[in-house]
Amino acid sequence: MIVQAICFYLFAAITVASGVMVIAARNPVHSVLFLILAFFNAAGLFVLAGAEFLALILVIVYVGAVAVLFLFVVMMLDINFVELRQGALQYLPVGALVGLVLLVELILVFGAWVAGPEVAQSIAAPLPLATNVTNTAALGQLLYTRYVYVFQASGMILLVAMVGAIVLTLRARTDVRKQDINVQVGRRRADTLEIVKVRPRQGV
Amino acid sequence: MADFWQGYALPVVITVAEIVAIIVPLLVAIAYLTYAERKVLAWAQLRKGPNVVGPFGLLQPIADGAKLLFKETVIPSGANRVVFLAAPILTFSLSLMAWAVIPFDKGVVLANINVGILYLFAISSLGVYGIVMAGWSSNSKYAFLGALRSAAQMVSYEVSMGFVIVTVLLCAGSLNLTAIVEAQRTIWYAIPLLPMFVVFFISVLAETNRSPFDLPEGESELVAGFFVEYSAMSFALFYLGEYGSMILMSAMTSILFLGGWLAPFNLEPFTGLAAHLWAGFWFALKVALVLFCFLWVRATVPRFRYDQLMRLGWKVFLPFSLFWLVLTAGVLVTTGWLPK
Repeated sequence: MIVQAICFYLFAAITVASGVMVIAARNPVHSVLFLILAFFNAAGLFVLAGAEFLALILVIVYVGAVAVLFLFVVMMLDINFVELRQGALQYLPVGALVGLVLLVELILVFGAWVAGPEVAQSIAAPLPLATNVTNTAALGQLLYTRYVYVFQASGMILLVAMVGAIVLTLRARTDVRKQDINVQVGRRRADTLEIVKVRPRQGV
Repeated sequence: MADFWQGYALPVVITVAEIVAIIVPLLVAIAYLTYAERKVLAWAQLRKGPNVVGPFGLLQPIADGAKLLFKETVIPSGANRVVFLAAPILTFSLSLMAWAVIPFDKGVVLANINVGILYLFAISSLGVYGIVMAGWSSNSKYAFLGALRSAAQMVSYEVSMGFVIVTVLLCAGSLNLTAIVEAQRTIWYAIPLLPMFVVFFISVLAETNRSPFDLPEGESELVAGFFVEYSAMSFALFYLGEYGSMILMSAMTSILFLGGWLAPFNLEPFTGLAAHLWAGFWFALKVALVLFCFLWVRATVPRFRYDQLMRLGWKVFLPFSLFWLVLTAGVLVTTGWLPK
Protein backbone atom coordinates (compact mmCIF):
# COMPACT_ATOMS: atom_id res chain seq x y z
CA MET A 1 0.00 0.00 0.00
CA ILE A 2 2.75 2.39 0.98
CA VAL A 3 4.57 1.75 -2.30
CA GLN A 4 1.40 2.69 -4.14
CA ALA A 5 1.09 5.91 -2.13
CA ILE A 6 4.71 6.82 -2.83
CA CYS A 7 4.20 6.14 -6.54
CA PHE A 8 1.03 8.21 -6.59
CA TYR A 9 2.67 11.23 -4.98
CA LEU A 10 5.71 10.87 -7.23
CA PHE A 11 3.65 10.76 -10.43
CA ALA A 12 1.30 13.48 -9.25
CA ALA A 13 4.12 15.79 -8.19
CA ILE A 14 5.94 15.35 -11.51
CA THR A 15 2.70 15.91 -13.45
CA VAL A 16 1.99 19.16 -11.63
CA ALA A 17 5.59 20.33 -11.81
CA SER A 18 5.87 19.65 -15.53
CA GLY A 19 2.48 21.29 -16.05
CA VAL A 20 3.89 24.41 -14.46
CA MET A 21 7.03 24.15 -16.56
CA VAL A 22 4.93 23.95 -19.75
CA ILE A 23 3.86 27.55 -19.22
CA ALA A 24 7.02 28.69 -17.45
CA ALA A 25 9.69 27.39 -19.85
CA ARG A 26 11.24 30.06 -22.05
CA ASN A 27 11.91 27.76 -24.95
CA PRO A 28 8.72 26.50 -26.68
CA VAL A 29 10.34 23.18 -27.57
CA HIS A 30 11.10 22.64 -23.88
CA SER A 31 7.46 23.46 -23.16
CA VAL A 32 6.32 20.69 -25.48
CA LEU A 33 8.82 18.26 -23.97
CA PHE A 34 7.47 19.07 -20.50
CA LEU A 35 3.94 18.55 -21.82
CA ILE A 36 4.99 15.09 -22.95
CA LEU A 37 6.41 14.40 -19.49
CA ALA A 38 3.08 15.49 -18.00
CA PHE A 39 1.17 13.11 -20.32
CA PHE A 40 3.49 10.32 -19.38
CA ASN A 41 3.02 10.78 -15.66
CA ALA A 42 -0.73 11.06 -16.12
CA ALA A 43 -0.53 7.66 -17.81
CA GLY A 44 1.32 6.43 -14.73
CA LEU A 45 -1.55 7.70 -12.56
CA PHE A 46 -4.03 5.80 -14.76
CA VAL A 47 -2.04 2.60 -14.26
CA LEU A 48 -2.14 3.14 -10.48
CA ALA A 49 -5.92 3.54 -10.72
CA GLY A 50 -6.13 0.19 -12.53
CA ALA A 51 -7.05 1.70 -15.90
CA GLU A 52 -4.22 0.17 -17.94
CA PHE A 53 -6.06 0.47 -21.26
CA LEU A 54 -6.64 4.20 -20.83
CA ALA A 55 -3.03 4.67 -19.73
CA LEU A 56 -1.64 3.05 -22.86
CA ILE A 57 -4.11 4.78 -25.16
CA LEU A 58 -3.02 8.06 -23.60
CA VAL A 59 0.60 7.24 -24.40
CA ILE A 60 -0.15 6.00 -27.94
CA VAL A 61 -2.50 8.78 -28.98
CA TYR A 62 -1.24 11.82 -27.12
CA VAL A 63 2.44 11.11 -26.69
CA GLY A 64 2.95 8.99 -29.77
CA ALA A 65 0.97 11.00 -32.29
CA VAL A 66 -0.46 14.34 -31.13
CA ALA A 67 2.61 15.57 -29.28
CA VAL A 68 4.91 14.49 -32.13
CA LEU A 69 2.97 16.68 -34.55
CA PHE A 70 2.95 19.43 -31.97
CA LEU A 71 6.71 19.23 -31.57
CA PHE A 72 7.06 19.06 -35.34
CA VAL A 73 5.14 22.32 -35.77
CA VAL A 74 6.78 24.13 -32.87
CA MET A 75 10.25 23.24 -34.15
CA MET A 76 9.44 24.52 -37.62
CA LEU A 77 7.91 27.79 -36.43
CA ASP A 78 10.17 30.76 -36.76
CA ILE A 79 8.54 33.08 -34.27
CA ASN A 80 10.23 35.44 -31.92
CA PHE A 81 8.75 34.10 -28.72
CA VAL A 82 10.11 36.88 -26.55
CA GLU A 83 8.15 39.35 -28.66
CA LEU A 84 5.07 37.18 -28.46
CA ARG A 85 5.34 37.11 -24.69
CA GLN A 86 5.09 40.89 -24.42
CA GLY A 87 1.39 40.93 -25.22
CA ALA A 88 0.62 37.94 -23.02
CA LEU A 89 -0.64 40.10 -20.16
CA GLN A 90 -3.64 41.29 -22.14
CA TYR A 91 -4.98 37.72 -22.19
CA LEU A 92 -4.80 37.59 -18.40
CA PRO A 93 -8.49 38.51 -17.75
CA VAL A 94 -9.75 35.79 -20.14
CA GLY A 95 -7.37 33.24 -18.64
CA ALA A 96 -8.40 34.21 -15.13
CA LEU A 97 -12.08 33.85 -16.08
CA VAL A 98 -11.57 30.34 -17.52
CA GLY A 99 -9.59 29.36 -14.44
CA LEU A 100 -12.30 30.73 -12.17
CA VAL A 101 -15.06 28.79 -13.96
CA LEU A 102 -13.05 25.57 -13.69
CA LEU A 103 -12.35 26.20 -10.01
CA VAL A 104 -16.04 26.84 -9.22
CA GLU A 105 -17.07 23.69 -11.08
CA LEU A 106 -14.54 21.58 -9.23
CA ILE A 107 -15.68 23.04 -5.91
CA LEU A 108 -19.29 22.24 -6.80
CA VAL A 109 -18.50 18.64 -7.71
CA PHE A 110 -16.34 17.84 -4.70
CA GLY A 111 -18.53 19.92 -2.41
CA ALA A 112 -21.57 17.91 -3.46
CA TRP A 113 -19.72 14.67 -2.74
CA VAL A 114 -18.80 15.81 0.73
CA ALA A 115 -22.04 17.61 1.61
CA GLY A 116 -24.70 15.27 0.20
CA PRO A 117 -23.98 11.52 0.43
CA GLU A 118 -26.92 10.79 -1.88
CA VAL A 119 -25.04 12.43 -4.76
CA ALA A 120 -22.44 9.69 -4.77
CA GLN A 121 -25.18 7.09 -5.28
CA SER A 122 -26.43 8.78 -8.43
CA ILE A 123 -23.16 8.06 -10.15
CA ALA A 124 -23.90 5.02 -12.31
CA ALA A 125 -22.22 1.84 -11.14
CA PRO A 126 -19.73 0.49 -13.70
CA LEU A 127 -21.93 -1.69 -15.90
CA PRO A 128 -19.94 -4.88 -16.29
CA LEU A 129 -18.39 -5.12 -12.84
CA ALA A 130 -14.74 -4.26 -13.19
CA THR A 131 -13.63 -7.39 -11.36
CA ASN A 132 -15.12 -9.80 -13.91
CA VAL A 133 -13.65 -8.58 -17.18
CA THR A 134 -10.47 -6.86 -18.32
CA ASN A 135 -10.92 -3.14 -18.55
CA THR A 136 -10.51 -3.19 -22.34
CA ALA A 137 -13.57 -5.44 -22.61
CA ALA A 138 -15.50 -3.37 -20.06
CA LEU A 139 -14.86 -0.15 -21.96
CA GLY A 140 -15.79 -1.78 -25.26
CA GLN A 141 -19.04 -3.17 -23.91
CA LEU A 142 -20.05 0.20 -22.54
CA LEU A 143 -18.96 2.28 -25.53
CA TYR A 144 -20.54 0.08 -28.18
CA THR A 145 -23.85 -0.54 -26.42
CA ARG A 146 -25.01 2.16 -24.09
CA TYR A 147 -23.11 5.10 -25.59
CA VAL A 148 -22.93 3.93 -29.18
CA TYR A 149 -24.72 7.00 -30.62
CA VAL A 150 -22.57 9.45 -28.72
CA PHE A 151 -19.50 7.49 -29.69
CA GLN A 152 -20.40 7.44 -33.39
CA ALA A 153 -21.36 11.10 -33.28
CA SER A 154 -17.97 12.08 -31.87
CA GLY A 155 -16.36 10.03 -34.61
CA MET A 156 -18.39 11.89 -37.23
CA ILE A 157 -17.44 15.26 -35.75
CA LEU A 158 -13.76 14.34 -35.94
CA LEU A 159 -14.20 13.15 -39.52
CA VAL A 160 -15.90 16.41 -40.52
CA ALA A 161 -13.14 18.39 -38.84
CA MET A 162 -10.53 16.39 -40.73
CA VAL A 163 -12.27 16.83 -44.07
CA GLY A 164 -12.61 20.54 -43.31
CA ALA A 165 -8.91 20.92 -42.61
CA ILE A 166 -8.04 19.13 -45.84
CA VAL A 167 -10.47 21.23 -47.89
CA LEU A 168 -9.05 24.42 -46.42
CA THR A 169 -5.45 23.57 -47.23
CA LEU A 170 -5.80 21.62 -50.47
CA ARG A 171 -5.00 23.47 -53.63
CA ALA A 172 -4.75 21.83 -56.98
CA ARG A 173 -1.51 23.00 -58.52
CA THR A 174 -1.13 22.71 -62.24
CA ASP A 175 2.44 23.99 -62.47
CA VAL A 176 4.09 20.96 -60.90
CA ARG A 177 4.97 17.70 -62.55
CA LYS A 178 3.57 14.80 -60.61
CA GLN A 179 4.57 11.19 -60.79
CA ASP A 180 1.70 8.99 -61.93
CA ILE A 181 2.79 5.48 -61.14
CA ASN A 182 -0.03 3.84 -63.14
CA VAL A 183 1.01 5.66 -66.27
CA GLN A 184 4.63 4.72 -65.71
CA VAL A 185 3.89 1.07 -65.13
CA GLY A 186 1.39 0.95 -67.98
CA ARG A 187 3.90 2.19 -70.55
CA ARG A 188 4.51 -0.27 -73.37
CA ARG A 189 7.34 -0.44 -75.77
CA ALA A 190 5.06 0.17 -78.72
CA ASP A 191 3.87 3.51 -77.26
CA THR A 192 7.26 5.10 -76.96
CA LEU A 193 9.82 3.28 -79.04
CA GLU A 194 10.12 3.27 -82.77
CA ILE A 195 12.82 1.42 -84.54
CA VAL A 196 13.99 3.22 -87.60
CA LYS A 197 16.31 1.82 -90.12
CA VAL A 198 18.90 4.46 -90.83
CA ARG A 199 20.55 4.10 -94.18
CA PRO A 200 24.08 5.35 -94.56
CA ARG A 201 24.55 8.89 -95.88
CA GLN A 202 20.84 9.56 -95.78
CA GLY A 203 19.96 10.02 -92.12
CA VAL A 204 16.48 9.67 -90.76
CA MET B 1 11.88 -7.03 9.46
CA ALA B 2 11.01 -10.45 8.03
CA ASP B 3 7.84 -8.88 6.75
CA PHE B 4 9.78 -6.19 4.93
CA TRP B 5 12.10 -8.84 3.48
CA GLN B 6 9.20 -10.98 2.27
CA GLY B 7 7.00 -8.15 1.09
CA TYR B 8 9.37 -5.75 -0.62
CA ALA B 9 13.03 -6.68 -0.76
CA LEU B 10 12.69 -10.21 -2.14
CA PRO B 11 10.38 -9.31 -5.06
CA VAL B 12 12.65 -6.42 -5.94
CA VAL B 13 15.72 -8.65 -5.94
CA ILE B 14 13.95 -11.29 -8.06
CA THR B 15 12.68 -8.71 -10.54
CA VAL B 16 16.13 -7.15 -10.90
CA ALA B 17 17.61 -10.59 -11.50
CA GLU B 18 14.98 -11.25 -14.19
CA ILE B 19 15.68 -7.92 -15.84
CA VAL B 20 19.40 -8.71 -15.93
CA ALA B 21 18.63 -12.15 -17.35
CA ILE B 22 16.77 -10.50 -20.23
CA ILE B 23 19.03 -7.52 -20.87
CA VAL B 24 22.45 -9.22 -20.85
CA PRO B 25 21.64 -11.74 -23.62
CA LEU B 26 19.86 -8.93 -25.45
CA LEU B 27 22.96 -6.72 -25.41
CA VAL B 28 25.08 -9.62 -26.67
CA ALA B 29 22.49 -10.18 -29.41
CA ILE B 30 22.62 -6.50 -30.38
CA ALA B 31 26.43 -6.61 -30.57
CA TYR B 32 26.37 -9.70 -32.75
CA LEU B 33 23.58 -8.36 -34.91
CA THR B 34 25.96 -5.60 -36.03
CA TYR B 35 28.46 -8.34 -36.86
CA ALA B 36 25.80 -10.38 -38.66
CA GLU B 37 24.77 -7.35 -40.67
CA ARG B 38 28.31 -6.73 -41.85
CA LYS B 39 28.77 -10.39 -42.73
CA VAL B 40 25.46 -10.69 -44.58
CA LEU B 41 26.08 -7.47 -46.53
CA ALA B 42 29.56 -8.72 -47.34
CA TRP B 43 28.25 -12.03 -48.67
CA ALA B 44 25.62 -10.24 -50.71
CA GLN B 45 28.35 -8.09 -52.24
CA LEU B 46 30.86 -10.94 -52.68
CA ARG B 47 33.22 -9.62 -50.00
CA LYS B 48 34.49 -11.28 -46.85
CA GLY B 49 33.32 -8.82 -44.19
CA PRO B 50 35.06 -8.48 -40.81
CA ASN B 51 37.55 -11.36 -40.53
CA VAL B 52 40.60 -9.98 -38.75
CA VAL B 53 39.72 -9.51 -35.06
CA GLY B 54 39.41 -12.98 -33.52
CA PRO B 55 38.38 -16.17 -35.33
CA PHE B 56 36.11 -15.25 -38.30
CA GLY B 57 36.20 -11.67 -36.98
CA LEU B 58 33.94 -12.70 -34.09
CA LEU B 59 35.54 -10.21 -31.69
CA GLN B 60 34.89 -7.28 -34.04
CA PRO B 61 31.80 -5.95 -32.18
CA ILE B 62 33.76 -5.89 -28.92
CA ALA B 63 36.63 -4.05 -30.56
CA ASP B 64 34.17 -1.53 -32.03
CA GLY B 65 32.51 -1.03 -28.66
CA ALA B 66 35.83 -0.49 -26.92
CA LYS B 67 36.87 2.02 -29.57
CA LEU B 68 33.68 4.06 -29.19
CA LEU B 69 33.91 3.94 -25.39
CA PHE B 70 37.37 5.50 -25.34
CA LYS B 71 36.62 8.30 -27.75
CA GLU B 72 35.77 11.82 -26.69
CA THR B 73 32.13 12.93 -26.63
CA VAL B 74 32.00 16.20 -28.54
CA ILE B 75 29.06 18.51 -27.88
CA PRO B 76 28.59 21.19 -30.55
CA SER B 77 28.79 24.69 -29.14
CA GLY B 78 25.31 25.76 -30.30
CA ALA B 79 23.67 22.58 -29.06
CA ASN B 80 21.05 22.39 -26.37
CA ARG B 81 23.12 20.29 -23.95
CA VAL B 82 20.44 18.59 -21.86
CA VAL B 83 18.24 17.59 -24.79
CA PHE B 84 21.33 16.67 -26.83
CA LEU B 85 22.47 14.18 -24.20
CA ALA B 86 18.98 12.95 -23.31
CA ALA B 87 18.15 11.93 -26.90
CA PRO B 88 20.53 8.94 -27.27
CA ILE B 89 19.78 7.77 -23.73
CA LEU B 90 16.05 7.86 -24.52
CA THR B 91 16.49 5.97 -27.79
CA PHE B 92 18.55 3.23 -26.20
CA SER B 93 16.46 2.79 -23.08
CA LEU B 94 13.22 2.66 -25.08
CA SER B 95 14.59 -0.19 -27.15
CA LEU B 96 15.32 -2.11 -23.93
CA MET B 97 12.13 -1.14 -22.06
CA ALA B 98 9.78 -2.91 -24.42
CA TRP B 99 11.29 -6.33 -23.62
CA ALA B 100 9.45 -6.32 -20.29
CA VAL B 101 6.33 -7.75 -21.95
CA ILE B 102 7.84 -10.09 -24.55
CA PRO B 103 6.96 -13.72 -23.70
CA PHE B 104 9.70 -16.27 -24.39
CA ASP B 105 7.52 -19.25 -23.46
CA LYS B 106 4.18 -19.76 -21.80
CA GLY B 107 4.61 -17.98 -18.45
CA VAL B 108 8.23 -16.98 -19.13
CA VAL B 109 7.73 -13.22 -19.25
CA LEU B 110 8.76 -10.39 -16.96
CA ALA B 111 5.36 -8.66 -16.88
CA ASN B 112 2.37 -10.55 -18.25
CA ILE B 113 0.10 -7.51 -18.60
CA ASN B 114 -3.36 -7.59 -20.17
CA VAL B 115 -2.58 -4.90 -22.71
CA GLY B 116 0.86 -6.17 -23.76
CA ILE B 117 0.45 -5.43 -27.45
CA LEU B 118 -0.62 -1.86 -26.73
CA TYR B 119 2.45 -1.44 -24.54
CA LEU B 120 4.69 -2.58 -27.38
CA PHE B 121 2.91 -0.26 -29.81
CA ALA B 122 3.23 2.65 -27.37
CA ILE B 123 6.94 2.08 -26.82
CA SER B 124 7.64 1.75 -30.53
CA SER B 125 5.76 4.97 -31.23
CA LEU B 126 7.90 6.78 -28.64
CA GLY B 127 11.05 5.96 -30.60
CA VAL B 128 10.50 9.04 -32.73
CA TYR B 129 11.25 11.34 -29.78
CA GLY B 130 14.87 10.27 -29.54
CA ILE B 131 15.35 11.18 -33.20
CA VAL B 132 13.40 14.43 -33.13
CA MET B 133 15.14 15.62 -29.97
CA ALA B 134 18.54 14.72 -31.41
CA GLY B 135 17.82 16.53 -34.65
CA TRP B 136 16.55 19.67 -32.99
CA SER B 137 19.13 19.96 -30.23
CA SER B 138 22.12 19.45 -32.54
CA ASN B 139 21.49 22.91 -34.00
CA SER B 140 22.46 21.74 -37.46
CA LYS B 141 20.49 21.84 -40.71
CA TYR B 142 21.25 18.27 -41.73
CA ALA B 143 20.28 16.84 -38.38
CA PHE B 144 17.12 18.92 -38.30
CA LEU B 145 16.02 17.81 -41.77
CA GLY B 146 16.66 14.20 -40.82
CA ALA B 147 14.56 14.61 -37.69
CA LEU B 148 11.65 16.18 -39.57
CA ARG B 149 11.66 13.41 -42.14
CA SER B 150 11.74 10.81 -39.46
CA ALA B 151 8.85 12.34 -37.51
CA ALA B 152 6.62 12.41 -40.59
CA GLN B 153 7.67 8.92 -41.66
CA MET B 154 7.21 7.20 -38.32
CA VAL B 155 3.81 8.79 -37.67
CA SER B 156 2.61 7.77 -41.15
CA TYR B 157 3.59 4.14 -40.92
CA GLU B 158 2.30 3.77 -37.38
CA VAL B 159 -1.22 4.18 -38.72
CA SER B 160 -1.09 1.13 -40.97
CA MET B 161 0.81 -0.80 -38.29
CA GLY B 162 -2.05 -0.06 -35.92
CA PHE B 163 -4.59 -1.48 -38.36
CA VAL B 164 -2.51 -4.64 -38.84
CA ILE B 165 -2.33 -5.09 -35.08
CA VAL B 166 -6.10 -4.62 -34.78
CA THR B 167 -6.64 -7.34 -37.41
CA VAL B 168 -4.48 -9.75 -35.41
CA LEU B 169 -6.35 -8.79 -32.23
CA LEU B 170 -9.67 -9.57 -33.91
CA CYS B 171 -8.44 -13.07 -34.72
CA ALA B 172 -6.87 -13.68 -31.32
CA GLY B 173 -9.50 -11.98 -29.17
CA SER B 174 -7.01 -10.66 -26.63
CA LEU B 175 -4.47 -7.90 -26.11
CA ASN B 176 -2.28 -10.21 -24.07
CA LEU B 177 0.82 -11.38 -25.95
CA THR B 178 0.80 -14.86 -24.41
CA ALA B 179 -2.85 -15.29 -25.40
CA ILE B 180 -2.08 -14.11 -28.94
CA VAL B 181 0.62 -16.76 -29.31
CA GLU B 182 -1.60 -19.47 -27.79
CA ALA B 183 -4.36 -18.53 -30.25
CA GLN B 184 -1.99 -19.50 -33.08
CA ARG B 185 -1.84 -23.17 -32.02
CA THR B 186 -4.06 -24.19 -34.95
CA ILE B 187 -2.45 -21.94 -37.56
CA TRP B 188 0.11 -19.16 -37.55
CA TYR B 189 -1.43 -15.85 -38.54
CA ALA B 190 1.19 -15.36 -41.25
CA ILE B 191 -0.79 -17.82 -43.39
CA PRO B 192 -4.40 -16.56 -43.25
CA LEU B 193 -3.26 -12.94 -42.90
CA LEU B 194 -0.38 -13.10 -45.36
CA PRO B 195 -1.02 -9.68 -46.99
CA MET B 196 -1.14 -8.07 -43.54
CA PHE B 197 2.09 -9.85 -42.62
CA VAL B 198 3.78 -8.25 -45.63
CA VAL B 199 2.31 -4.82 -44.82
CA PHE B 200 3.46 -5.19 -41.22
CA PHE B 201 6.98 -6.18 -42.17
CA ILE B 202 7.36 -3.22 -44.54
CA SER B 203 5.88 -0.84 -41.97
CA VAL B 204 8.33 -2.18 -39.42
CA LEU B 205 11.18 -1.36 -41.79
CA ALA B 206 9.87 2.21 -41.96
CA GLU B 207 9.27 2.39 -38.22
CA THR B 208 12.84 1.36 -37.39
CA ASN B 209 14.24 3.71 -40.08
CA ARG B 210 15.91 0.83 -41.83
CA SER B 211 16.69 0.74 -45.51
CA PRO B 212 14.95 1.16 -47.93
CA PHE B 213 13.27 3.75 -45.70
CA ASP B 214 16.43 5.12 -44.04
CA LEU B 215 15.75 8.67 -45.20
CA PRO B 216 16.29 10.15 -41.72
CA GLU B 217 19.93 9.12 -42.11
CA GLY B 218 20.10 9.61 -45.87
CA GLU B 219 23.89 9.75 -45.97
CA SER B 220 24.00 10.74 -49.62
CA GLU B 221 22.15 14.04 -48.97
CA LEU B 222 22.14 14.61 -45.21
CA VAL B 223 25.64 13.33 -44.28
CA ALA B 224 24.28 11.11 -41.51
CA GLY B 225 20.91 12.69 -40.82
CA PHE B 226 19.78 13.15 -37.26
CA PHE B 227 22.96 11.85 -35.59
CA VAL B 228 25.45 13.75 -37.69
CA GLU B 229 26.70 15.73 -34.66
CA TYR B 230 27.02 12.76 -32.33
CA SER B 231 30.28 11.10 -31.46
CA ALA B 232 31.71 8.36 -29.25
CA MET B 233 29.31 6.78 -26.76
CA SER B 234 26.38 9.06 -27.56
CA PHE B 235 26.62 7.87 -31.18
CA ALA B 236 27.02 4.28 -30.01
CA LEU B 237 23.78 4.53 -28.04
CA PHE B 238 21.88 5.56 -31.18
CA TYR B 239 23.52 2.76 -33.09
CA LEU B 240 22.72 0.16 -30.43
CA GLY B 241 19.21 1.57 -30.03
CA GLU B 242 18.56 1.07 -33.74
CA TYR B 243 19.69 -2.56 -33.62
CA GLY B 244 17.82 -3.09 -30.35
CA SER B 245 14.58 -1.90 -31.88
CA MET B 246 15.24 -4.09 -34.92
CA ILE B 247 15.43 -7.15 -32.66
CA LEU B 248 12.37 -5.95 -30.76
CA MET B 249 10.34 -5.49 -33.92
CA SER B 250 11.40 -8.93 -35.16
CA ALA B 251 10.23 -10.39 -31.86
CA MET B 252 6.94 -8.53 -32.26
CA THR B 253 6.55 -9.86 -35.82
CA SER B 254 7.22 -13.41 -34.73
CA ILE B 255 4.75 -13.12 -31.83
CA LEU B 256 1.99 -11.62 -33.95
CA PHE B 257 2.40 -13.67 -37.10
CA LEU B 258 4.85 -16.55 -36.71
CA GLY B 259 3.48 -18.19 -33.60
CA GLY B 260 6.09 -16.94 -31.09
CA TRP B 261 7.59 -19.91 -29.27
CA LEU B 262 5.35 -22.56 -30.90
CA ALA B 263 7.08 -25.30 -32.84
CA PRO B 264 6.39 -25.25 -36.59
CA PHE B 265 5.26 -28.91 -36.55
CA ASN B 266 3.65 -31.02 -33.87
CA LEU B 267 6.11 -33.94 -33.99
CA GLU B 268 7.64 -36.11 -31.30
CA PRO B 269 10.60 -34.30 -29.73
CA PHE B 270 8.67 -31.00 -29.73
CA THR B 271 5.46 -32.02 -27.97
CA GLY B 272 4.43 -32.26 -24.32
CA LEU B 273 6.89 -31.12 -21.69
CA ALA B 274 9.80 -31.11 -24.14
CA ALA B 275 8.04 -28.23 -25.92
CA HIS B 276 9.18 -25.93 -23.09
CA LEU B 277 12.79 -26.93 -23.65
CA TRP B 278 12.53 -25.97 -27.30
CA ALA B 279 10.43 -22.82 -26.83
CA GLY B 280 13.40 -20.45 -26.57
CA PHE B 281 15.06 -22.08 -29.55
CA TRP B 282 12.04 -21.67 -31.84
CA PHE B 283 11.48 -18.10 -30.72
CA ALA B 284 15.13 -17.18 -31.32
CA LEU B 285 15.06 -18.94 -34.69
CA LYS B 286 12.02 -16.98 -35.84
CA VAL B 287 13.47 -13.69 -34.62
CA ALA B 288 16.70 -14.49 -36.45
CA LEU B 289 14.76 -15.28 -39.62
CA VAL B 290 12.97 -11.93 -39.57
CA LEU B 291 16.24 -10.16 -38.77
CA PHE B 292 17.85 -11.84 -41.76
CA CYS B 293 15.07 -10.39 -43.91
CA PHE B 294 15.93 -6.93 -42.55
CA LEU B 295 19.54 -7.38 -43.66
CA TRP B 296 18.58 -9.00 -46.94
CA VAL B 297 16.33 -6.03 -47.79
CA ARG B 298 19.16 -3.64 -46.96
CA ALA B 299 21.50 -5.47 -49.29
CA THR B 300 19.11 -5.55 -52.24
CA VAL B 301 16.60 -2.67 -52.27
CA PRO B 302 17.54 0.92 -53.17
CA ARG B 303 16.39 3.79 -50.95
CA PHE B 304 12.91 5.25 -51.52
CA ARG B 305 12.42 8.81 -52.62
CA TYR B 306 10.59 10.84 -49.99
CA ASP B 307 7.36 11.41 -51.92
CA GLN B 308 7.25 7.71 -52.85
CA LEU B 309 7.62 6.84 -49.19
CA MET B 310 4.66 9.01 -48.21
CA ARG B 311 2.59 7.72 -51.12
CA LEU B 312 3.23 4.12 -50.11
CA GLY B 313 2.27 4.81 -46.50
CA TRP B 314 -0.86 6.88 -46.99
CA LYS B 315 -2.22 5.91 -50.39
CA VAL B 316 -1.34 2.23 -50.55
CA PHE B 317 -0.90 0.72 -47.10
CA LEU B 318 -3.55 2.70 -45.25
CA PRO B 319 -6.50 1.90 -47.57
CA PHE B 320 -5.27 -1.65 -48.05
CA SER B 321 -4.95 -2.43 -44.35
CA LEU B 322 -8.29 -0.77 -43.65
CA PHE B 323 -9.89 -2.96 -46.33
CA TRP B 324 -8.32 -6.11 -44.89
CA LEU B 325 -9.42 -5.15 -41.41
CA VAL B 326 -13.04 -4.85 -42.52
CA LEU B 327 -12.76 -8.04 -44.59
CA THR B 328 -11.29 -9.99 -41.67
CA ALA B 329 -13.98 -8.74 -39.32
CA GLY B 330 -16.66 -9.67 -41.86
CA VAL B 331 -15.29 -13.17 -42.39
CA LEU B 332 -14.94 -13.75 -38.65
CA VAL B 333 -18.50 -12.64 -37.95
CA THR B 334 -20.18 -14.53 -40.81
CA THR B 335 -18.35 -17.80 -40.15
CA GLY B 336 -18.74 -17.50 -36.39
CA TRP B 337 -14.97 -17.83 -35.81
CA LEU B 338 -14.91 -14.69 -33.72
CA PRO B 339 -13.15 -15.58 -30.46
CA LYS B 340 -15.38 -15.37 -27.43
